[in-house]
Formats: sequence, C-alpha cells, structure tokens
Amino acid sequence: MSAVVGVLALQGASREHTAALERLGVIVQQVRLPQDLVGIDALVIPGGESTTISMLLESSGTFEPMAQLLHEGLPVLGTCAGMILLAGDVLDGRPDQKTFAQIDIAVRRNGFGRQVASFESDLKIEGFEEPFPGVFIRAPVVQTVDRSVEVLASVELDGGKQSPALCRQGNVIVSSFHPELTDDLRIHQMFLANLN
Amino acid sequence: MRVKRGLADMLRGGVIMDVVTPAEAKIAEDAGAVAVMALERVPADIRRDGGVARMSDPIMIEGIQAAVTIPVMAKARIGHFAEAQILESLGVDYVDESEVLTPADESHHIDKWSFTVPFVCGATNLGEALRRISEGACMIRSKGEAGTGNIVEAVRHLRSILGDIRKVTQADQAELFDWAKQLQAPLGLVQEIAETGSLPVPMFCAGGIATPADASLVMQLGAEAVFVGSGIFKSEDPAPRAKAIVEAVTHYEDPAMVAKVSRGLGDAMPGLEIGELDTKLAERGW
Repeated sequence: MSAVVGVLALQGASREHTAALERLGVIVQQVRLPQDLVGIDALVIPGGESTTISMLLESSGTFEPMAQLLHEGLPVLGTCAGMILLAGDVLDGRPDQKTFAQIDIAVRRNGFGRQVASFESDLKIEGFEEPFPGVFIRAPVVQTVDRSVEVLASVELDGGKQSPALCRQGNVIVSSFHPELTDDLRIHQMFLANLN
Repeated sequence: MRVKRGLADMLRGGVIMDVVTPAEAKIAEDAGAVAVMALERVPADIRRDGGVARMSDPIMIEGIQAAVTIPVMAKARIGHFAEAQILESLGVDYVDESEVLTPADESHHIDKWSFTVPFVCGATNLGEALRRISEGACMIRSKGEAGTGNIVEAVRHLRSILGDIRKVTQADQAELFDWAKQLQAPLGLVQEIAETGSLPVPMFCAGGIATPADASLVMQLGAEAVFVGSGIFKSEDPAPRAKAIVEAVTHYEDPAMVAKVSRGLGDAMPGLEIGELDTKLAERGW
C-alpha cells in the first residue's frame, strides 16, 4: 500500500510539494485542520511565511496534535519556513512565534537578507552524485548545529564561510532552500526512503 | 526568474495588506499577513483626494521595513522606472507597478527584466496579463477597482483571465495564432498556456476585497492569494477583520470556517458603486 504523506497547506508552496510527492507515487493528504492528520505516515512543512503559518497552526488547533505526532517520531521534511518551524531555536523571529523544536539547530530568519539577496546555487549533497539546484528565497541561515545533527549540504555565505543548508537528525530533514521549486526529486526521494 | 517568481510562490494562500504607518504594518503582521504593501495613502484616500499619486517617501518605506519581519512591497507608477530603481535600492521585496498611482508613461510599462527585484502588475484580461509577463512581471494580480470596497470588478477580471485560459487550452495549433493576435500577446506565451493550462506566474486577486466572504469568493474563482487595500484599515475594527480575512483565505473551501471568522467584525469599509465613479483606475495600463 502506498504511503500517505500529509502536506501542511495553511499557506505557502504546498502545491509544489504535492506535485513532487505524487510524481513519486505516494498519496498526499492536505493538512489544514487537526482531523487531516489522521492516518498520515509522514509530514511535509512547505515554504511560506513562517509567522503566518505559525499563527494559522494555533488558530486552527493543529499545532498541539501535530507537535504530539512529531514528538512520537513522525518523519518530517521542512523546507525554508518549514525549517524554521522545526528548528530548536529561532533568532530574529517574533517573540510569540512557536516552533516544534524537532531538530537541534538555531536558525536566523531572512539571514541572507531581503528578496534582492535571494539566489540560486548548485549544492554538493552527501550521497548525491550530481549537484542539486538550490533555490534560496529570503532564506534562513543555520547559525549553530548540535553534534547529533548530520549536515548533508552547505552553502557559502558572504565572506566565504560555509553554512549548513540541508540537515538531518533522526526522522527530521530540513533545508533552507526549496527543492519543491525545481524538477529535481532527489530530496523528496531521500525523505520517502526514510519511511521504509 | 525562478528566484524572482519563487517569492510569489511562497506568498500563495496568503494576504498582502496595504499599510501607511509602521503601527499598521505591525497590526498586519500580528494578524498573519504574508507581506505588507507600504504606501502613503490607501486607494480609497487617493480616490477621495485626487491629484497626482506617486511613489511613497523612502523614510516611510524604511520605517515599515524596520517594523516587520515579513516581506515589504511598494508601488511605482506605471512606466516610472526611476521610482522602481529607487525602490530596488531601498531593498523592497516586490515592486507593484500600479494603476493606483498616476501613470508616468502613456504607452510603455517598465522593462522589468532589467531589475533584480521582482515585479507584480495588474491585469484586467489575459492579453494584458501576458503583456506584463512578457515585460518581466513575476506575479499578476487582477486590478479590480481599488478603493471601492466593491468586488465586482475583480470578479470580472478573474473570470475573464481564467475563462480565456480555459478556452486557449481547447484551441488547436492554428487557432493559437489567432488567439495571440486577438490578445495582443506573444505567441510563445499563448502556446505555453495552451500546454499548461495556467499562467507561467502566480495570479493573485486585488481590488475591492472587504470581507472574509469576498476573499473566499475570489480564491474559489481561482486566485492564489489576495491583496487587501483599503478594506482593512478603512473598516471599523481593522485587527480582527485582518485576521478573519487571513483565515478565510486559508480555509476558503470550508464555508463553516468562513462563517465562524465572519462573526461580529463590525462595519466593513463603506463601498462605492462602480457606475458612479469619476475615475476608473483599472483603465490605466496598456
């Protein structure tokens, strides 16, 4: 039986993740309300505005049950805003912004700057033979990473310093870039490989 | 292009709110706006005051940028590439080449390909949308009739654009040449739409949204996000109305949710009948 993957669809690029996952043959369940979480085998938190998604998670009553599932080990992929919502620590966020704290990293929102500083960069990813097209849109910068977190790819910051762009800890994968905006399915494949 | 339209993709399913002060920008962010549009006067006031409407004072834009963490957009006059250059240098996240301001050029829009900052442009029909995209716009919004609190024009524009897209997908190869001619749009873009069934950039709705129900209506018609101009800060109680419109855009297919958030919002902005307007902003742009 095909796996059922929930895609958080409160706001942001849920459609692109849905398309990528369907191309890989899984069933996608859009998640807007607590009842949409029933029966999912994994979850994707897409890019969007993390402050908006955070508010809508609260007002729809989805935050607590989703936090519970993640705490129990539900596999999750978070891209950009999704990375922020899964990070243990958010710098430059709003004081009332809640996160699921599922991965031991600290991120700085819009760490690369405003939209004029958004960019594309080919990334060398651990285990991938060819580089991956990284699309960074007002992306967060990972500031610190706990030793238990695997850094699978990094991106160069101004001044030449490398910063983690793709991280994994247990069942949690986060990226500061947007694999869903490309036709390259390898990161979604890597995520789904977790399910078996 | 992927980076420029990428931000529009991230704004989908969200609400972009017009604000004129840092305090309003804070209210918008607190209510869950995905972005704010920084301007000196909301369209309802521009309409009332008359005169030439221009790009906002940089101090005002910078004040709003400092007040919020979400993207900040700002408006330039149609064809006024110098205003757009200034907005880009201020680091605004999106430039709206907008018919709400007084046009600066009667036949040319801005060459948007020459900018790093992405642009959104208004359109009333598919031909206009494709001309703007061919000039480099990364997001299209319906024009509606700004500052009226009347949704009828936005609905007309959405239905026209999306209806023609559906017709184009049914056309054969020979008919596509005629479609390009009728629409006064590049053949390549018309062929692309025939293939994909959608615009190559996200399409949002603007112009006249005043209630959660208006937001649900335009989302069901096929808009991917909404701009709310005068509709929030010209209403009786802006903060709860702003939040309710955010909720309505997310849960637009769920009438019970839209009903829930529509309760007790106070008076919406007073509306205007389109037939009684002296100036139709939607007619600006070519």
